[in-house]
Amino acid sequence: MAIPFSYSMRNLLTRRLTTVLTAGGMALVVFVFSTILMLSDGLRKTLVETGSYDNVVVIRKGSSTEVQSGIEREQANIVETEPEIAIGRDGRKLLAKELVVLINLPNKDGDKPSNVIIRGINSSSVPLRPQIRLVEGRLPRPGSTEIVVGRSIYRTFKNVGINESVCCGLRNWRVVGIFDAGSTAFSSEIWGDADQLMQAFRRPVYSSVIFKLRDPVKFDTIKSRIESDPRLTLDARRETKYYLDQSEVMAKFLKILGFSLTLIFSIGAVIGAMITMYAAVASRTQEIGTLRSLGFRRRSILAAFILESLILGFIGGFVGLFIASFMQFITISTINFQTFAELAFSFVLTIENMIQAMAFSLIMGLLGGVLPAIRASRMNIVEALRTV
Amino acid sequence: MLILKLILRNAFRHKLRTVLTIVSITIAILAFGLLRTVVSAWYAGVAASSASRLITRNAISLVFPLPISYKDKIRQISGVKTISYGNWFGGVYIEEKNFFANFAVEPSTYLDLYPEFNLTPDETKAFLHDRKGFVAGRKLADKYSWQIGSLVTLKGTIFPGNWDFVLRGIYRGKDKTIDETQFFFHWDYLNETMKKMAPRRADQVGFYMIGVTRPELAADVAVSIDSTFKNSLAETLTETEKAFQLSFVSMTEAIVTVIEIVSLIIIFIIMAVVANTMVMTTRERIGEYAVLKTLGFGGWHIAVLIFGESLLITLLGCLLGIASTFPTAHAFGESMGTFLPVFNVETKTVALDFIAALSVGLVAAVIPVRRAIGIRIADGLRRIG
Repeated sequence: MAIPFSYSMRNLLTRRLTTVLTAGGMALVVFVFSTILMLSDGLRKTLVETGSYDNVVVIRKGSSTEVQSGIEREQANIVETEPEIAIGRDGRKLLAKELVVLINLPNKDGDKPSNVIIRGINSSSVPLRPQIRLVEGRLPRPGSTEIVVGRSIYRTFKNVGINESVCCGLRNWRVVGIFDAGSTAFSSEIWGDADQLMQAFRRPVYSSVIFKLRDPVKFDTIKSRIESDPRLTLDARRETKYYLDQSEVMAKFLKILGFSLTLIFSIGAVIGAMITMYAAVASRTQEIGTLRSLGFRRRSILAAFILESLILGFIGGFVGLFIASFMQFITISTINFQTFAELAFSFVLTIENMIQAMAFSLIMGLLGGVLPAIRASRMNIVEALRTV
Repeated sequence: MLILKLILRNAFRHKLRTVLTIVSITIAILAFGLLRTVVSAWYAGVAASSASRLITRNAISLVFPLPISYKDKIRQISGVKTISYGNWFGGVYIEEKNFFANFAVEPSTYLDLYPEFNLTPDETKAFLHDRKGFVAGRKLADKYSWQIGSLVTLKGTIFPGNWDFVLRGIYRGKDKTIDETQFFFHWDYLNETMKKMAPRRADQVGFYMIGVTRPELAADVAVSIDSTFKNSLAETLTETEKAFQLSFVSMTEAIVTVIEIVSLIIIFIIMAVVANTMVMTTRERIGEYAVLKTLGFGGWHIAVLIFGESLLITLLGCLLGIASTFPTAHAFGESMGTFLPVFNVETKTVALDFIAALSVGLVAAVIPVRRAIGIRIADGLRRIG
């Protein structure tokens, strides 16, 4: 026969302070565990959502990002002649020859400069990215020194409001609009006219060519044609893969840091639970003796104490996740190691993360409770009853 | 004396509990120490940089080059002693995950400017005479077991193609704070190749490194360099090496902040564990405190007993934690290799460990002390278990 659930519950309620402290320790561990999972998922989500499956990014062979790459005008024109490229509503090819460079901008708090991507676009660039939505103002006129800034840039950096201007390459670039690209990497970019930017920065080559496929399954055909063309030294990648690759180093760094930290922290919390459960067993020796003499089995005693520590783990996990869920309102902006440019991303709480964090917390409770519970179940009835 | 003995006896009355608590403090202090060391490793480049060296780069951002013709103009500015230049090469060794810093530099002036990189005279000579030669730091050479004369090929990401190099020297840092994972080679090798392959990109350097005659002049020299090139096609930004390194760190500040917050959280976790131990201990001993009070001991005696026990336990854990930080940090530093090239436990970290342990010990005992002092003698004596 099993010992009622309320027995374990009430025991935790009697020693409220101890319960709060033990569960509190576990809650902090779960908090750290889940925030780091959330962070690396947020980074991944941002970069995954940036790419579209039927878009192709072409960059120079050997380069891993657009900033490192360079594509001569002739080469870009050769790519443009490929028949697999989709045609837009206006009858022109959905292909953008873009320039991507980094500029230094001062941060809003404390003037600290950071690297920001500035992308030279042409008329197809916006239709190629369905995520882009203008929030304020308008798009830059082709051939002008006007720029639009992403929403994350607008929030993080100085002097990028409408009608303010950014100065570089001996020109003033007037901000005429702010765009929102959801939680994608484009929100951390500045866009302007490609030809104007190329002249100002004296960079006569494009960085990348981006186009939409007429038929998404034709990717392999066009990839092998571009990569085997002797006139081109270029690599073609699906846009989704191109951006996913950029999240790799940072996501791995966060994962390793997170897992090693929580592993160490959890040892502390498990020990905390163990101390609590040992004390619970020791102070209830008589009760255990009584329960045994009433006819409860060793198994039931074991189950009751394990249940008690599982409840501790559950409370810890629940509280930890509850606090962690508020982190979703926070956006972090930092340099992505791979592109060396500023990237804003937020904490994302997925169902998987919640399950993982909860399981982790229950395991901590279980590990802390198992040894004390075994001790309790092994007690000799007579001796247990005799203790004062 | 008696009180000390009582504290010692009390602390080890519940051996298992005390040992468990000490172990968890040890682990927490170890984790705290490692995290603080990660933070200081992040700033290692800043700490090792000199205030009498300046870095000049393109004002737009690091990805834009400067013409090589600036070299002679900068040299004319008063206060400039030595000038060297280089490019971030960004080459990949076999696979992208084998990351290390690699630069093309003007070799003889670069070695003059960085006396903290120790090379033997033979190695220096061999390096200067071989245009395809390169110098690697000790840790880097160890990691890939390169020996003098080894052939190494890097795949260019910014400068396309495969680039062959011969190892001509392995440098050692002047002391432990010097990064021993760098890779540098002749700028001329890069430039000659670019002249053939992509003439548009030849004769351009990524940055100038400038040694000034006196450190006090650094600020003035920086201003006069930047004003020389004001309104030119390639405006410059000159800052001290320290400021330059710091600007890198500040870009990744968010990560440093996260690590710092996490290192504080571990202190709170451990506070909860120790406080729990003390709460349980005093709950069991309420009867004894009542007896002590009956005998005429005052509240502060009991307070000293509880605070003393809590501090004893935390300090023991703290000492064990500090002792284990050093070997662990060493092992961790070896495994991180080129990502955090300088990984040393600072004295400041050890001091912080102590402060953390002291505050944990004190805070954890506050509630138990208040409970123990507040109890009325009759209630205390009546209570069982």
